[in-house]
Amino acid sequence: MEHALDITLTVNGTPVSRRVEARQHLVDFLREELGLTGSHVGCEHGVCGACTVRVDGEIVRGCLMLAVQANGCKVDTIEGLSDSKEVGELQRAFHERNSLQCGFCTPGMLMAARDLQLKNPAASREQIRAHLSGNYCRCTGYQAIVDAIEEVLHGKS
Amino acid sequence: MGKAELPLHAPGTRVDKGYIGQSVPRPNAKRLLQGRGAFVDDLRFPRLAHVAFFRSPHAHARIKRLDFGNALKSAGVIDVFDGRAVAEYCTPWVGVLAHLKGIKSPPQHAIAIERACWQGEAVAAVVAESRTQAEDAVDLIDADWEELPAVLDMDEALSGRCVIHPELGDNICFKREHDTGGVDEAFAKADLVVEETYRFGRHTGVCLEGRSILADYNAAEHTLTVHHSTQAPHMMQDVFSRHLGIPEANVRVIARDVGGSFGIKVHVYPDEMATAALSVMLRRPVKFVADRLESFLTDIHAREHKVTIRLACSKDGEILAFDLDDLSAIGPYSVYPRTSGIEGNQVVNLTGGPYKHQKYRAKLNVVFTNKNVTCQYRAVGHPIAVALTEGIVDLAAQNLKMDPAEFRRRNLIPDDAYPYTFPSGVKFEKLSHHQCLDQLLGLMNYASLRKEQADLRGRNIFRGIGLAAMIEVTNPSPAFYGVGGARISAQDGATLRLEPTGMVTVMCSVTEQGQGTEGIFAQIAASAVGVSMDKVRVITGDTGVTPYGGGTWASRGAGIGGEAVLLAGRALLSNILDVASKVLNLEKETLDIENNAIVDKLTQEKKMPLEELGRITYFRPDILPLDFQAELTVTRHYTPREYAFTFTNGIQASLVEVDTDTGFVKLLKHWCVEDSGTVINPMLVDEQLRGGVAEGIGAALYEECLYSPEGQLLNGNMADYVVPMSGEIPDIVCAHIETPTRQSQLGAKGVGEAGTAGAPGAVMNAINDALAPLGARVTAMPFTPERILRALGRIA
Amino acid sequence: MKAPAFAYVKPSTLDAVFELLERHGEGAKLLAGGQSLIPSLNMRLSAPELLIDITGLREYAGIHASVDSVRIGALTTHAEIERSAEIGKHLPLVARAVSHIAHPAIRNRGTLGGSLALADPAAEYPACAVALEATIVVSGRNGERRIKAEQFFKGLFETDLKPGEVVTAAEFPVAGRNDKSVFLELSRRRGDYAIIGLAAHNSRFVFFGAGTKPVLAGNAASKTSLQEARAALATDLDPPADLYNSSATKLHLAGVLLERAWNTLSTSH
Repeated sequence: MEHALDITLTVNGTPVSRRVEARQHLVDFLREELGLTGSHVGCEHGVCGACTVRVDGEIVRGCLMLAVQANGCKVDTIEGLSDSKEVGELQRAFHERNSLQCGFCTPGMLMAARDLQLKNPAASREQIRAHLSGNYCRCTGYQAIVDAIEEVLHGKS
Repeated sequence: MGKAELPLHAPGTRVDKGYIGQSVPRPNAKRLLQGRGAFVDDLRFPRLAHVAFFRSPHAHARIKRLDFGNALKSAGVIDVFDGRAVAEYCTPWVGVLAHLKGIKSPPQHAIAIERACWQGEAVAAVVAESRTQAEDAVDLIDADWEELPAVLDMDEALSGRCVIHPELGDNICFKREHDTGGVDEAFAKADLVVEETYRFGRHTGVCLEGRSILADYNAAEHTLTVHHSTQAPHMMQDVFSRHLGIPEANVRVIARDVGGSFGIKVHVYPDEMATAALSVMLRRPVKFVADRLESFLTDIHAREHKVTIRLACSKDGEILAFDLDDLSAIGPYSVYPRTSGIEGNQVVNLTGGPYKHQKYRAKLNVVFTNKNVTCQYRAVGHPIAVALTEGIVDLAAQNLKMDPAEFRRRNLIPDDAYPYTFPSGVKFEKLSHHQCLDQLLGLMNYASLRKEQADLRGRNIFRGIGLAAMIEVTNPSPAFYGVGGARISAQDGATLRLEPTGMVTVMCSVTEQGQGTEGIFAQIAASAVGVSMDKVRVITGDTGVTPYGGGTWASRGAGIGGEAVLLAGRALLSNILDVASKVLNLEKETLDIENNAIVDKLTQEKKMPLEELGRITYFRPDILPLDFQAELTVTRHYTPREYAFTFTNGIQASLVEVDTDTGFVKLLKHWCVEDSGTVINPMLVDEQLRGGVAEGIGAALYEECLYSPEGQLLNGNMADYVVPMSGEIPDIVCAHIETPTRQSQLGAKGVGEAGTAGAPGAVMNAINDALAPLGARVTAMPFTPERILRALGRIA
Repeated sequence: MKAPAFAYVKPSTLDAVFELLERHGEGAKLLAGGQSLIPSLNMRLSAPELLIDITGLREYAGIHASVDSVRIGALTTHAEIERSAEIGKHLPLVARAVSHIAHPAIRNRGTLGGSLALADPAAEYPACAVALEATIVVSGRNGERRIKAEQFFKGLFETDLKPGEVVTAAEFPVAGRNDKSVFLELSRRRGDYAIIGLAAHNSRFVFFGAGTKPVLAGNAASKTSLQEARAALATDLDPPADLYNSSATKLHLAGVLLERAWNTLSTSH
């Protein structure tokens, strides 16, 4: 039985192959092996949401998925979504409304917000809060984050 | 954009203050939005080694034996060290300050030697090629312990039956008594005396980014570069230098992006000192990032207090006196260098703060226990002082059957009474309690909320409205730490440089933790010089680059750092105009800078773009007069000295609904009116307030570090230690009164801690207001459903 | 907080899983969604020698409704259940329960089978399964076994699964036109595990977070008045205290939920 395995996956559109330890979780893999440090390690037990990334189109906790489980998958991180401008509107609204302070939660927050935008573009303020309920922010009080997402979804200002 | 005139609050000042007062977005937020920040853990270094610590599983135990044999053989391990080995390179410290008379604490080592005094204290360090390998080896360390009696309860500690540090004689770290005299007489003649005991749960900061340090020792140069998630780079430079025996000039501390701090990252942590020592010992870069479990065990905790307070008042509702007895437990060491006596000291200084009574007595005991250390966390002492004061004030109003807003109106210090000396001895320059109260009551539509509350009670819906007025320490002078002997700077500096391209570079000793410091410095610099914000670049958090200064704590960044930037900006403007005057052969007094160009002051006619002036200054100075040397880099410093602290004031209100069947509290809305002087960026200030309120709500309803009778932290993870998240925090309405401080040109006071200071008291009062018709009260934070049900008599 | 070393294998057939389980015994753990297992690995609370990733067995995912039952494959995620129109139509109790499970990113990975096999007493699905009298389908070397949910959950994180067996599906009876169900839970934060919860289907009141396993409040349900039912609840439940709530508090809260469910069931359609 192997403690390290060869994996091939597509990260932000680029195919990558690595040999990884079975125990390495996906966010450590992205950060340590690929240098994609935008996804953050906050709690490593699935509560804070700072490591939220997208695997095959669905957001996941990067600390609750092993890198080997991403073999053959398409993984998107904040860096990829920034470069493709997929989260450009959200980033603009977050910037204009100061929906971040230290910025440590922000990549995960944007991944969750983008997921909501794709899945439920008509979400109410309450539904926005519910969709972000697994993403911890100690700095802002959440209001500006909710405001920014509401603006992007509904064009409110 | 026009330019900021000086002082901003002078009569007749141009209304147009440039960017000051504008809600402009922070330029430095863009990299964070793309995940392209530079947090310590994002840095990549060759030969980087990783440390993991073997920590005490016991609250109090003697280390009989540590066996590293198996750990040393584990894959990837570079070396394993105990406390004695690290002590060869790092001297111990003692967390006391001379002006906290009688405070005592034993020497503390980077790695504990012989004895561990709390569960989680590091007793050995494993350095390996990866963090994973270091953790593997930690599991292989074999230790023999002799468990010692653990002192966990505050009263037990005070009794001194079992003394944690026998050489200190007792468990009392610090005590203070304050008495204006006449307190007993005031109570004797009072129509009403109310008394209550409040308890405040121990809680912690839970920064999303764990404490992080990457120390890089260069043996050839005997230099140490420390990449550190810290609020106070210069303080840490001094500490590393002093305790590692490296000349201060050879130590550079760099704090780029910091993932939240809230006071957690302004202290000296043994494991961080050990990491720096290990880099020296191993002559290679070494990194330590506290994981979440370590964070709960070792990030400072705060606010474990039990306080009995009495209030005396007349039947007309005039407060005559407060009498206070505070007992607080701080863990086994007073934290270096700020000490763990400050929080209790603040409670003594601030209790009763908004009110005009003249008689005040306070007693404080700060005791050692075998739990994790406590120290200054956002709003330090204020949440306790405010909740105590506002809780007992509400109880008095309730007894007098007086509306709590009216009761406050009768007792708040009048807005024209300043300068004012408060009975605790602290001095207020100028506060605006009555303006704030009026604004708050209007903003929340107090009268109609009271009516709605009464209507709903008829339908068994229990809503409560809670008010909390407060004062807050900001812009501290050297009286806070410097006078006590701590090498903590109360002054800050800013260097501004006009670049050849017409850009302005700002370098300031105040740091950025996300509150927007760099953004407001850009606003101030742009406004002072007369350039657009896109022409300003701000650098903070590097002792090798910025002027010397204190960093970020005690709500001082905007008021002190901002003033330094403003003064430097005006000096740079003057120096630029000197050059322009020579180049254009015009009187300096006729010139100004507007919109990145030299202009005629009167007509605003554009004379020369700044980039042309920059080109001439740097590349063709030969055309300038021989007796003239351009100086387009200027540095200015600022220290508040006239008052020990520049007090701010504010008032908050909370609207809650209590489910009396479940004990659950639903926060419906929260209001905050704050007077922080000149508001530089309302958008940033509002979100600072909201974030602060959210932390205060955490304290009021959710957060507490729970320990077992043996001293084991029971909820040291994010699933069990409950921080509020987006589903729990209500919308928060903010408004401002602006009473600028006359001590500075900018007039800004601090605002970073106000939300946290006032929210717990406001929420507590709202809950008790909701419970009042049922004859129930709660006084122990956090107000969990169980505590509310117990107060209601729904459970035994 | 880095997991200890373990080996990993992702078999493509159930037979291969059986073989691995047989060969590695106690040292092997099944990995489905991993949303409970991986945190325990990261915290080094669990140190298996081998993880058998069963998520490659896609035939054990999916929702199939027949006339009288809905079969949910063990590897069906919470998100798939949440989105399923068939669940919404035929299993309204499950549909209501699923949105209480953690957060979107966790619901995308976590599975029904993982939750049932873990048997966390505070989890939502086991209580729903007991309330709805679901059948848990397990497979082993010797074929398939079908176990009534009430018999499947045996104790704290303990099920009727025998060594070498794997949960492959759960079958829920389709809710009839006259069936009524209520799902309630009290948690301090949205998405947290419940302090106490109640999955009620007709007269089957099943509490979670109330014992070592889902607790069917048979005595309370047998009463004709709410008052009697609340009084009888103490004979059904003896909830263990948690960090923030005593046993008495939880029993009181269970009574509140019972009352709310009782009132809803007796008034709604």
